[in-house]
Amino acid sequence: MPYAAIYVPVQSPQQEAAAHAVLLDCAQAFSPRVEDTAADTVVLGIAGLERLFGPPARLAQDLARRALELGLAANIAVAANPDAAVLAARGFTGVTVIPPGKQAERLGSLPVDVLQVAPEMLETLDRWGVRDLRHLAALPEVALVERLGQEGLRLQKLARGALERSLVQAAPPLKFEETMELEYPVALLEPLAFVLGRLLEHLCALLGARALATNELRLVLGLDLADCSEEVSSSSFLVSRENQASAEQRETRNEKRYCLRLPLPMLDSRLFLKLLQLELRRHPPEAPVVRVTLAAEPVKPRPGQGGLFLPATPAPDRLELTLARLAGIVGAHKIGAAEILDTHRPDAFQMKRFVPAAPRGLKPLARAAAVSARLKPCPPAVALRRFRPPLAAAVEVRAGEPVRIAASEIQGEAASVSGPWRNSGDWWKGKASRIDTDAHGSNWARDEWDIAVPGNQGIALYRIYREIQSGAWFVDGTYD
Amino acid sequence: MASALRVFPSPARDRQTLAEIAGVVPASRLGARPQPETILTGIPQVDGLTGGVPRGGLTEVFGPASSGRTSLLLSLLAQVTAREEVCALVDASDAFDPHSAAVAGVDLKRVLWVRCGKQVFRSSFPVSRKNPAAAEKRKTRNQKLASVEQALRAADLLLQAGGFGLVVMDLGNIPPVIARRVPLTSWFRFRRTVENTDTALVVVEQEASAKSCASLVLKTRHLAISNEHLAKTGAGPSHARLLSGLQLEVEVLNSRILQRKPVRSATTTFESRTVWFG
Repeated sequence: MPYAAIYVPVQSPQQEAAAHAVLLDCAQAFSPRVEDTAADTVVLGIAGLERLFGPPARLAQDLARRALELGLAANIAVAANPDAAVLAARGFTGVTVIPPGKQAERLGSLPVDVLQVAPEMLETLDRWGVRDLRHLAALPEVALVERLGQEGLRLQKLARGALERSLVQAAPPLKFEETMELEYPVALLEPLAFVLGRLLEHLCALLGARALATNELRLVLGLDLADCSEEVSSSSFLVSRENQASAEQRETRNEKRYCLRLPLPMLDSRLFLKLLQLELRRHPPEAPVVRVTLAAEPVKPRPGQGGLFLPATPAPDRLELTLARLAGIVGAHKIGAAEILDTHRPDAFQMKRFVPAAPRGLKPLARAAAVSARLKPCPPAVALRRFRPPLAAAVEVRAGEPVRIAASEIQGEAASVSGPWRNSGDWWKGKASRIDTDAHGSNWARDEWDIAVPGNQGIALYRIYREIQSGAWFVDGTYD
Repeated sequence: MASALRVFPSPARDRQTLAEIAGVVPASRLGARPQPETILTGIPQVDGLTGGVPRGGLTEVFGPASSGRTSLLLSLLAQVTAREEVCALVDASDAFDPHSAAVAGVDLKRVLWVRCGKQVFRSSFPVSRKNPAAAEKRKTRNQKLASVEQALRAADLLLQAGGFGLVVMDLGNIPPVIARRVPLTSWFRFRRTVENTDTALVVVEQEASAKSCASLVLKTRHLAISNEHLAKTGAGPSHARLLSGLQLEVEVLNSRILQRKPVRSATTTFESRTVWFG
C-alpha cells in the first residue's frame, strides 16, 4: 500500500503554523486518509487513487503543483510505507518516488539526522562512525538491541525502510482563521487592503478546498495604541479595581472588530475585499494597524441555478456590493426594506436588511393569473408624502377649525378643512415626545386635520396635526 | 477514379438563400417598430392611454403637489412587486410613506428603499450672523442639493447593478430650481444604462427636466376642488369628506413607445379613493 509524504521546510514558528493548515488542506484535497505527522509533515495514503489521479509519480507531481498554488515549495515523496515516505520527503528535494522494495537502497544515502532522534542517540551513532542510514541498516540487530534497546531496533527498521504501521488519521480542522502580524504599523487603508486581499485569498482557497463557502467574515485589527495605553495606566493605578477595568478597556481599545454578514453563502475573495474596504472606509480604525486577524464562518454553498421562468433579480453578490456602496453614500441605517410595526403610532416602521425573497417557480401564464388575482382593478389609493421631521407650522384657528397656515414652504388660507381626528396611544408609557417619530417608547396624542391650501400651482392637500399636550402645530405630509 | 465538382454560388444568391431560410428581415425594412415591453400601471385609464411604462427606458411623471404622482407611482410599484420582481426607490427627500404603499398593495419586502437627505452638508458659504433667515434658507437649499446629488449617485449604482424590474427616483419634494441643476448628461447616462435591459426607470418630480432622454413623459394634476364636489361627497364622515373621489388627470406630453413620431397631449381622467372611505 503506497503512501505519499509532504514536507515543507519552514523557518519561523508563525510560518510553520500557517503552512501546517495549508499542508493538511493540500493533502485532504487528494485523499481522505491523512495523517498529521508533524508541524511540517503530513502523510497520506494513496492506495486506490490510481484511477482518479493516475500512477503515483503523476499524483506526486500534482501534489507538488497544488502545494505550489497554495504558496508552499514542498518536498513530495512516495514510498511503500509511511515512515520511508517521510524520511525521503525530509531528505530529498522535489518529487521522489521510491519503488516497492527499494527503500533501503534509496534511503541509504541520507544522513542519520533525518531520523529526528534525541541528541544523545545521535552522539552515540556518531561515535560509532555511523553517519548515514546505509551504515545504520547494516549494523547487526542483536548487538544493536543490546546497546541501544528497542529504540535502536526501531531506528534500524526506519533506516531500512521496513517499519510497517497504520496511519493515524487527522480530524479536519473546521476553524478558518488567518492572522498576520505586520512588521510596522499601517496607517493607510490602501496598504491594508493588500494584506486583507492576501488573507482573503488564502481563506477562500481553504474553504474552496472543502467545497464550502462563508456567510460571515470577522475581522479583528490590532491597533498600535502604545501612547494612549500608557496614559490610561498612569491615570488609573490608584485603585486596583479601576486598574483591572482599565486593563480590560485597554484590551478592547487595542482592537477594532468588524463583522461582515452576508445574506447568502459566497466565496469570492475580490467581493469580500471590496466589502471590507467599504466597511473600513465607513468606520476606519482609530490608530495604525499592527495585526490583522480574519476568520470566516464555514457554511455549505448555495445552489447555483434558478428556474427558467423566474423574473430577473439582482445577483446576490452584486446586490451586496451595491448595498455596501449605497451605505457609504446615505448611511447604513437608511437603506433596506421597510417593515410596518404592529402599532397605531403614526409613521411607525423599521428598516430591515434588504434580502429579496426568491420568486416562486411559476410559469408565465400562471404568474400573470396570480398577479391579476392579487391586484383587483380599482382606483388608486390616495398616498401620503411625509415630511420627516414634520414641519413646524403656525396655524390660525377660528371656531375650532384651522383657517390659515404658515410653515416654511406652505402658506395660505385654508380652502377647505376636515377633522379633527383624534389619534393617541401608549398613554401608559410616559411623556410624549415632541416631533421625534423615531421615539417609539413614548406616548402620543394629537388632533389631525386634512386641509386644502391654494398655491401657485393649484390647491394642495396637507395633513396637519396639533399635539394635545404642547398645543404645537405641525404639517405631517401632503396627499399626492 | 472519382472526381468531384463543387459549385460556388454567387454572393447575391447566397444572401437571398440565407434570408429565405432564416426569415430575417432587416430592421430598416420593418413596417413598424417592435413594441417595447411595458409594465402596466394598474390604472386602466392610464394604461389605455400610454400602454404602460416602458422597460429599458426613462419615464418622467411630473406635476405639482397633490396631483396624484405618488398614487400613480405606488400603483406601479404594486404591479411590479406582484410579479415578484425587485424594485428600488431612491427617495431624495425621505418622503415615502410605507403605510400608504402597503395600502396600495406594494410588497414592501421587494422594495429597496434608499432614503437620501439629512446628511451634514459642509457649505462653502460663511454663515451670516446678520441675517439668520437667509442663512437658514441657504442651508436648506444646500441640503436639498446634497440630497439630489446623493439620489443621482444612488440611482446610478442601482442601475449599474442590474436585475431590478423598476428603479424609481423620487424628486417630488425637490424644488424645480434645484432639479433643473441636474446636468443633462446624467439623464443621458441613465437612459443609456437602462437601454436594452428589463429595468424601467421612473422619475417623479415637479417639472420635467430629462428633456429628450425620456421615453415617456406624463404630467399629472388634480382637478380643482369645487363646491359641487364637496357637496357631492359631503354625505360621508367629516374626516373623509375632502379626500374621497378626487378627480386626477394624466396628460401624455411625449411618448416614444408605440410610434415613430412622439405623441403629444393626450389626456385622461381617473378618480382616486381613500382607504377608509370610497
